[in-house]
Amino acid sequence: MKFTTTAVAAALLAASGITVAEGLKVGMITTLSGGGAGLGVDVRDGFMLAVEQSGRKDIELIIEDDQRKPDIAVQLADKMIQSEKVDVLTGIIFSNLAMAVIPSATAQGKFYLSPNAGPSQLAGQGCHENYFNVAWQNDTLHEAAGAHANETGFRNSFILAPNYPAGKDALTGYKRSYEGELAGELFTQLGQTDYAAEIAQIRASDADSVFFFLPGGMGISFLKQYADSDIGLPVVGPAFSFDQGILQAVGEAALGVHNTSQWNKDIENDTNAAFVESFVATYERLPSLYASQGFDTANLLISAMGAADVSDQDAFRAALKAADFDSTRGDFAFASNHHPIQDIYVREVVREGDVFTNKILGVALEDHQDVYAEQCKL
Amino acid sequence: MSAVLLAEQILNGIQFGIMLFLMAAGLTLVFGVMGLINLAHGSLFMIGAFAAAWVAAATGSFTAGLIAALATAAAAGALMEIIVLRRLYGRDHLDQVLATFALILIFSEGTRAVFGSFPLFLEIPDALSGTVVLPGGIQYSLYRLTLIAIGLTVASGLYLLIAKTRLGMQVRAGENDREMIAALGVDISKLYTLVFALGAALAGLAGALVGAIQSVQVGMGEPVLILAFVVIVIGGIGSIKGAFVGAILVGLTDTLGGILLPALLAMFMDNSSAASTGSALASMAIYVLMAAVLIVRPSGLFGVRQ
Repeated sequence: MKFTTTAVAAALLAASGITVAEGLKVGMITTLSGGGAGLGVDVRDGFMLAVEQSGRKDIELIIEDDQRKPDIAVQLADKMIQSEKVDVLTGIIFSNLAMAVIPSATAQGKFYLSPNAGPSQLAGQGCHENYFNVAWQNDTLHEAAGAHANETGFRNSFILAPNYPAGKDALTGYKRSYEGELAGELFTQLGQTDYAAEIAQIRASDADSVFFFLPGGMGISFLKQYADSDIGLPVVGPAFSFDQGILQAVGEAALGVHNTSQWNKDIENDTNAAFVESFVATYERLPSLYASQGFDTANLLISAMGAADVSDQDAFRAALKAADFDSTRGDFAFASNHHPIQDIYVREVVREGDVFTNKILGVALEDHQDVYAEQCKL
Repeated sequence: MSAVLLAEQILNGIQFGIMLFLMAAGLTLVFGVMGLINLAHGSLFMIGAFAAAWVAAATGSFTAGLIAALATAAAAGALMEIIVLRRLYGRDHLDQVLATFALILIFSEGTRAVFGSFPLFLEIPDALSGTVVLPGGIQYSLYRLTLIAIGLTVASGLYLLIAKTRLGMQVRAGENDREMIAALGVDISKLYTLVFALGAALAGLAGALVGAIQSVQVGMGEPVLILAFVVIVIGGIGSIKGAFVGAILVGLTDTLGGILLPALLAMFMDNSSAASTGSALASMAIYVLMAAVLIVRPSGLFGVRQ
């Protein structure tokens, strides 16, 4: 009797096609060791904070360290896709690793949500329906720096960046909006730490301003050496050289510098205020823009999970595109190439007590969309 | 390019070279005397920088930081030698590479476990900050001049040690024929530990000095280590004089190459492409130099070993 009831119930259940919504497996490949570790640690911490705050138990997060090496990132991606069978990948910090992993991952039908790297190659002709960038397209923060340079009245900038995809995007982006002359243009080596030669060139030129993109340890080295050189020209750059993790290591050398960012801790909205407070309470340090990007990426994912199941790829994709979540930046929307349309602010490095941090001065570019959207066939 | 700018760039190249010399001197001594390839030398550079940063932050004194760097690196070096490297002397170079590579990973992750993933703060002391005007109108960083001075002092000190003292005599003899000096009654294991600790202290000093103008972060030693290997190959393994000359050559080539190559290319190309291509070529310059030296003199400029 009992058996028959069970059998009938099972048959009915199978026939009706009711399925229990399954959870989601996320593979996070990010840089957790070596010089660039601070960025990956921030993205991971921001992401995990959002997942924890959502209270959801159905997200399985696998975190691996790419050690900033493209070949290791590719191996990890292969492992996550083929043996762990993740649904969504995320986490990559650096553009060269992104270019090694993302095209193949999206071609294999996996969703990729980028919490940081936004190379131009993936925003234009290389765009893909499964690739979403929650942070920015690389050029945009540099375009904002160029716009700010115009507004401030810089006429003869000396510009430098490392010789790799994001570095090239940086100088291209700056020159796109900047309307003045270039006193000099230099590419440095990726990982270079001694900038005496470049600083001597700046001194010998008749520049009235300096624009540089040198993320992580490179920026710390350059800023210290530049401040010590007594050249004194105003410096403008993207947030990557002035984020919360770097400022404590640079100290006074960075004070007064103007930098562009899509996020700062003093953007006024409830989500941001709650984010900053809970981040400080959980991790005992101030969040950087990378942490906010990780936080927003997780919340985007969670909002999509609420609207659709990941096994229904079209519905999930539409849910991601809709971006119906509370972002630390306020309103959030994707352009046609799945990169954000957002305000880019100008911030100044200030000292608050004995902590160095940033304060928003104004908006450099409003509702800005990257230039590669029109080349994207989506 | 004006003469003043060129003179300043040459000074920059020399200063870069002198800092490389501090790393290369320890490396060449260890390779020359003990026949040991030590990949973990870069970790000693990092340990020196971290020790200096931590002590300077705790005490407020840069000098205290420097002393801490010397002591900590020397101690780490001695420990490394006694616990791990002692077992590797007779063995194949490949075994030594494997073991010391493992040490790099252990030190890197260990440092990250103790100090965290974010770079530490270390700054130039106020007394040494800012620029001075040199004869000829060159405005140069006072701290970098100090680095040149310290480097030259260490170089002469090392020369006196190796050429004029009993310890130096033992070191030179050991480079020549290890078994013979053991047979003559010199305590080899103590000599080795001492030489290793000396090399480690030099690396730690370099790390602390350079950390003040660069980023004190995990993995900061490896790029310098690679350059130091290029230096000792050019200069000749085991030769301090070779390490000095090689270091200056590498410093000048790297600095001047990075500036002159893009300028040269800008005569045929537009600025952007010249900058990009020039930078790519400049990154190869020191390796081209190394290949050229090895073609002419296979054991380096002042090579000791046959």
